[in-house]
Amino acid sequence: MLQEHARIVQFIAMANEVNGRKKLQKMIYIAKKMDFPFAEKYELHMYGPYSEELTLRVEELCEMGFLDERCEDKGSYVQYSYNVTEEGERFGEMAETPHEKLGDCISRLSGKSSRFLELVSTLLYFDYLPKDEQIAKVHIVKNKLNFTEDEMNEAFAFIAELQTCSGVA
Amino acid sequence: MDYKHEKLFEEKVFKDPVHRYIHVRDKVIWDVIGTREFQRLRRIRQLGTTYLVFHGAEHSRFQHSLGVYEIVRRIIDDGFSGRTEWNDEERLLTLCAALLHDLGHGPFSHAFEKVFTLDHEKFTQEILTGDTEVNEVLRRVSPDFPEKIADVIGKTYPDKLVVSLISSQIDADRMDYLQRDAYYTGVSYGHFDMERILRVMRPAEEQVVIKFSGMHAVEDYIMSRYQMYWQVYFHPVSRSAEVILMKILHRARHLHTSGYRFQHDPIPFKSFFERTIELEDYISLDESVLLTYFQWWRNEKDEILSDLCDRFLNRRLFQYAEFDPATEYRKIGELESLFKEAGIDPEYYLVTDSSSDLPYDFYRPGEENERVPIYLQTPNGELRELSRSSEIVDAISGKRRTDHKIYFPEDRLAANRDDNPLYDKILRMLKG
Repeated sequence: MLQEHARIVQFIAMANEVNGRKKLQKMIYIAKKMDFPFAEKYELHMYGPYSEELTLRVEELCEMGFLDERCEDKGSYVQYSYNVTEEGERFGEMAETPHEKLGDCISRLSGKSSRFLELVSTLLYFDYLPKDEQIAKVHIVKNKLNFTEDEMNEAFAFIAELQTCSGVA
Repeated sequence: MDYKHEKLFEEKVFKDPVHRYIHVRDKVIWDVIGTREFQRLRRIRQLGTTYLVFHGAEHSRFQHSLGVYEIVRRIIDDGFSGRTEWNDEERLLTLCAALLHDLGHGPFSHAFEKVFTLDHEKFTQEILTGDTEVNEVLRRVSPDFPEKIADVIGKTYPDKLVVSLISSQIDADRMDYLQRDAYYTGVSYGHFDMERILRVMRPAEEQVVIKFSGMHAVEDYIMSRYQMYWQVYFHPVSRSAEVILMKILHRARHLHTSGYRFQHDPIPFKSFFERTIELEDYISLDESVLLTYFQWWRNEKDEILSDLCDRFLNRRLFQYAEFDPATEYRKIGELESLFKEAGIDPEYYLVTDSSSDLPYDFYRPGEENERVPIYLQTPNGELRELSRSSEIVDAISGKRRTDHKIYFPEDRLAANRDDNPLYDKILRMLKG
């Protein structure tokens, strides 16, 4: 009962704060791909894997007063940041205790840029394909972002690191 | 003549209540329709449990798929063909993607997917590229043709114009289901002037755009969509049936994994319960199979499974009450405890459910929105986002409506409330 909502609250609480809607989307997707129990359904959209369900849950959690959404004008763009409120912390306690390795995974994800997480999540979206086809797909769907070979290598290394720390590998 | 361009000796038509006729001249399309994977869609209802509220809503994904194909065929053959922005080489691919876009839907689509954490789009891709009859037909066009169709449906095909015909905020999929669902449910909303929209659709570099003069037809379409969502798709009684359906599947899986011996071995479900699903298991399952098992499970010794199946088949659905999670989330915990104390398992008999819809949204520069907007094309060729010109669309843009409900077996509680004070207390908490 409302477990999915509570898991999102727990996730943001563990990250202390998440800066950017896109970043939150990608962080949860990557955590899900690392087998942490998030139920949100994802599809490929403009910025890679995107979950309408997650957008909805976050909006609901803000309306319920469990999350605090802050909007910051960054000049050329607007950024939304999310924090858990005191009531939200009590609500988050409703869910089962998160997996012990989730915290480590979140802190690794928090330190990365949303562009990099967009690349990582899009590669993971095509993880059923061989590596060269995965890269080719990313170049097709992200043709305007011009990801370099170095970025690709870094992304694959990061995926391997996450898989090790979350026990997927 | 190569298979890709091969035409039937005579045009075939399917009589259709929404589009009058569905026209097939391409041999490939005709052959695809005849495959077992496509024929299976006859046994998957388009609207899942909605037939328990709107009794006419027995129409199938087979009909809808043909309808989407027909709309795309008309857009291409009557509107786009010959225009410089449109590549006619993409015609057959686009028609096949339209026809096959729902190929991977399982029985009672979304409810089934949710219980077993499946993704119908992934299964669509697997059916297209796997060892199937449909793959065999498509490979005769070219070895990479099935993969290309999967890319269009998965939105990873390089030509975004082709993708947008099948999947965007104004696509053939939505145009068919709104009209078809309105027709079969018998409701008066859901109608809009599709003929007009088809006439004002124009191919552009990355997506379909609408000629400016067609704005009012698009407004009508968006309002129809809004009304259909709240009047039909989110109907609380239909949601109640879906809640019970999901609980049946949860219970059956729980029993299987706990070693319960079913009177009828649930062979078609085993791989779903055990998460060892092969493509053939998925293709073999349809709504007839589920309903047959529900009939058998009505006679199972397990009281919860038997009761839930009886409720679903005989439409003894759960009652619902409004619920505000922000102020009442603690109440759920209290209710769960009361249910347990009263000997009713809240896991199966106390369920919260939310419905939410965003009728139209658009990308504002600087915001991290993910929906590609609808563009109007002005007479000088300039593109303008729809809500900047339409006051009606502007009024509902980006405005999400959400509704939370809590479902419970009122009949069972009410029948025994005089004998059991806990039942009475639960009912008073739920009904106020």
